[in-house]
Amino acid sequence: MNKHISALALSLLLSVIPFSGVNAAEKTIRIGTEGAYPPFNFFNADGKLAGFDVELAQALCDKMQTKCTFVAQDWDGIIPALLAGKYDVIVASMFITEKRKLKVDFSDPYQKSAMTFVIGKDSTLTDFSPEGMDGKIIGAQGSTTQGDFLNALYPNSDIRLYPTQDAVNLDLISGRIDAQVGDMIPMLDWTKKSTDGNCCTLAGEPITDPKYVGDGVGMALRQEDDELRLKLNEALAAVIADGTYKKINDKFFSVNILTLQ
Amino acid sequence: MLELLITYAPKFFDGALMTLKLTFISVSIAALLSLPLAILRRSKNSALQLPIRLFVSFFRGTPLLAQLFLVYYGSGQFRLELTDLGLWWFFRDPLYCALFTFTLNSTAYQIEILRGALQAVSSGEIEAAVAIGMTRRLIYQKIILPHAYRIAFPALGNEVILMLKGGAIASVITLMDLMGRTRQAFSQTFDISVYFWAALFYLLITSAFVVAWRLLERRLTRHIDYHGVNNLPSTSSATMTGLNNAS
Amino acid sequence: MQWYEYLSYGSTGWGDELLSGLVITLSLAAVTLPLGLALGLAVAAASVSSSKAARWGALGFTTVIRGLPELLSLFLIYHGVGMLINNTLKWLNPEADFFELSPFVAGVIALGLVFAGYAAEVLRGAWQALDRGQSEAGLSIGMSKLQVFFHIERPQILRLALPGLGNLWINLIKDTALVSVIALSDLMRMANIAVGSTKKPFLFFLTVCLMYWVICIGCEFCIAKMERRANRGIRTL
Repeated sequence: MNKHISALALSLLLSVIPFSGVNAAEKTIRIGTEGAYPPFNFFNADGKLAGFDVELAQALCDKMQTKCTFVAQDWDGIIPALLAGKYDVIVASMFITEKRKLKVDFSDPYQKSAMTFVIGKDSTLTDFSPEGMDGKIIGAQGSTTQGDFLNALYPNSDIRLYPTQDAVNLDLISGRIDAQVGDMIPMLDWTKKSTDGNCCTLAGEPITDPKYVGDGVGMALRQEDDELRLKLNEALAAVIADGTYKKINDKFFSVNILTLQ
Repeated sequence: MLELLITYAPKFFDGALMTLKLTFISVSIAALLSLPLAILRRSKNSALQLPIRLFVSFFRGTPLLAQLFLVYYGSGQFRLELTDLGLWWFFRDPLYCALFTFTLNSTAYQIEILRGALQAVSSGEIEAAVAIGMTRRLIYQKIILPHAYRIAFPALGNEVILMLKGGAIASVITLMDLMGRTRQAFSQTFDISVYFWAALFYLLITSAFVVAWRLLERRLTRHIDYHGVNNLPSTSSATMTGLNNAS
Repeated sequence: MQWYEYLSYGSTGWGDELLSGLVITLSLAAVTLPLGLALGLAVAAASVSSSKAARWGALGFTTVIRGLPELLSLFLIYHGVGMLINNTLKWLNPEADFFELSPFVAGVIALGLVFAGYAAEVLRGAWQALDRGQSEAGLSIGMSKLQVFFHIERPQILRLALPGLGNLWINLIKDTALVSVIALSDLMRMANIAVGSTKKPFLFFLTVCLMYWVICIGCEFCIAKMERRANRGIRTL
C-alpha cells in the first residue's frame, strides 16, 4: 500500500516538472503587493488592487512589453512568499534595508524613504525623543522598519504592533495609542487628503537614519533573478525619463515622492 | 533549531504567560457569571429566558475573531460616547477588550454546559429533599449544585482548553501571546521551526491541563462508589471533544 | 453616507464584496466537510482496529490536533507544507516552477485535519455505543459483514453521531474566519478590507457577525430536522 502511495506521489511530482520548461518561454511577471497600504497599494471598492505601486508596476510592465499579474500577500509573509516563488518581484513600497538585503536583492530606489511620528491634532506631545515618549503608547505596523526602529530605540514606551497600517490608523483615530510611527509619504497622504486622516497630523522631525529607513524604497527580487532586476531598473529609468512616473505620481501625491521635494 | 529556541525563549515565555493570563481570567469570571444565568435560563418566565437564549446563541453562533474585532475596533468608533459614560479607559486597553470578549464568549458556552448539567440532576433526589422539608436555597446548595458541577466537570475542563486555543487570535489586537510571539519570530527569521516549537508548547500546556483536570476530578469524586461513577458522563477522552462543548 | 449605502452593491458599496467573501467562506466549509469526514472515519476505524500501531496512531493524531490552536495548525500547514513541497520540487528539479499552496487549499487541509480530529472521537463514541447483540444477530441469520454494517450499524452510528457532527459543522463554519489571517478573501477578510477603506469598524464587523449568526442558526435548524428524521424509529418516553 505504502509503495503505491509513494509511487503515485512521485509520478504526480514528476508530472508537474515538465510544465516549468513551457512556462519559462513566455513568462508573465508575477508581482506581489500587500493591498492594505493606501495610497500605495490597496483594494478599491471593486475588490481590485489599485494604488501607486500597482500603477507604477503596470507602467514598468508596459515598458518591458511583458504581461504582469498581481498577487496580494499579507505583509508578514511577503518576503517568504517571494523566496518560495509565489511571485517574482515585490512592489509594495518596501524600504531597502541591510537586514532585508541578506534575504533579497533590490532594484534601484523608486521612492525616497523617511519615517515620521503622527499624533492626534488635540495631542500635546512635542518631544519625540525616547525620553519624551517614556510611558507613552506608540503604534506601528508589525514586521516593518518602524517596528524595528521603535523596538530598538524606545524600550520604555508601550509599543503596539498591528497586522496592517489601516489598523494602526484606526487606533490613532480612536485615541487608543498616543502616537504612531509610519512611512512619511503614506502618512502625509493620509493626514492631508483623507477625511478620516483629518484627525491627525505629522509631528517631530522626519526620521531618516539609514539604519532604519535604508536607502530608499525598492522592488525586492530573489537574489538569483539578476536579469529581471536589470530589466526593471532599465524600465524604471525609462518611465522616469518619459514622464510616466510623474503622471502616476501626481495622480496620488502632491509632492514628488522620488525626491520628497 | 535549538539556537532559535534559545534566542526566542524569553519571548516565548512572556507569550505563554499572556496566553495563560487571558485564558484563566476570562474562564474564571465566566464561571461566576454563568451559574446565575444558567439558573435564570431554566426559568419559565420568557422575559428572563429569551435574552439569555439570544446572548448564548449569538456568542456561540459567531466566530470569536469577529467578536473580538467588533468589540475592539467597533468600540473605537464610539470613543466620545464611551468617554461620556466613563467607560473609555476600559475599552481603550486591548487586554481588557480581549478579556471582555473572551469572558462573554466563555460565559455563553458555560451557560449551556451548566444548563444541561442542571437538567441532568435526578429529579428523585430533589423530590426527596423537598419531602424532608429542605428550603429551596438549601436544596440548591446541598443537592443540585454539587451534582450539577460534578456532571459538568469534564465539559468545563473542555471549555478551558477551547478558550486557551481560541485565544490564540489575541495578537490581531496587538496582544503578544504565545501565538503572537511566534508570528513575530517567524517574520524575523522566516524559519518554519518556530511554529513547531510553538506547537510543542501549546501541546505541553494543554496536556498538562488535561492531566491536572482529571486528577482534580478524581479527587472531587473520590467519595463516589463504583455504581455512582457509572451514572456520570464518561470522563474518557471522548468527553474532551467538541461533543460536550457545544451540544 | 448612510449605513445602508456602505452595504449596497456597486463600486462605492461593499455589499457585493461581502457576498463574494461569503461565497468563499461557504465553499471552504463545503469542500472541507467531506474530506474531514472521510479522514475522521478512517481515524475512527483505526482507533477501534485490532492493530496496536493503528490505535496509537489514531490516539496521537487526535491528541495533537485537539491540543493545538486551530490558527497554529493553519499557519503550520500554510507555511510549512508549502515550503516542504517547494523544497522537494526544487530538489527534484532546480528549474521547477513554484508550486502554489493557495490559502484556500491550506485552509481546506488545516480545517479538514481539525474536523477529522474531533469527528474521529465522535464516530468512535457512536461505534462503541452500538449494541453488539444486534450485529451478532445479523450475522447469525446469515447476513454478510458488509450487510451488517450497511443495514444495522451505519444507520445507528449516523443517529448517534449526528448531534456531535452537527456541532463540528457549526464549529467548522466559524473556524473558516481564521483563514482571513492567511490572506484568503473570505467574509472576515472582506470586512477587514472594507473597514480599512471606510473606517466604519462597528458597522462592518456587526454585519459579518450577523451573517455568521444567521448561517449558524440556519444550520442548527437543518441539523435538528435531520436528527428528528434519524430518530424517527426510536420510541421516546
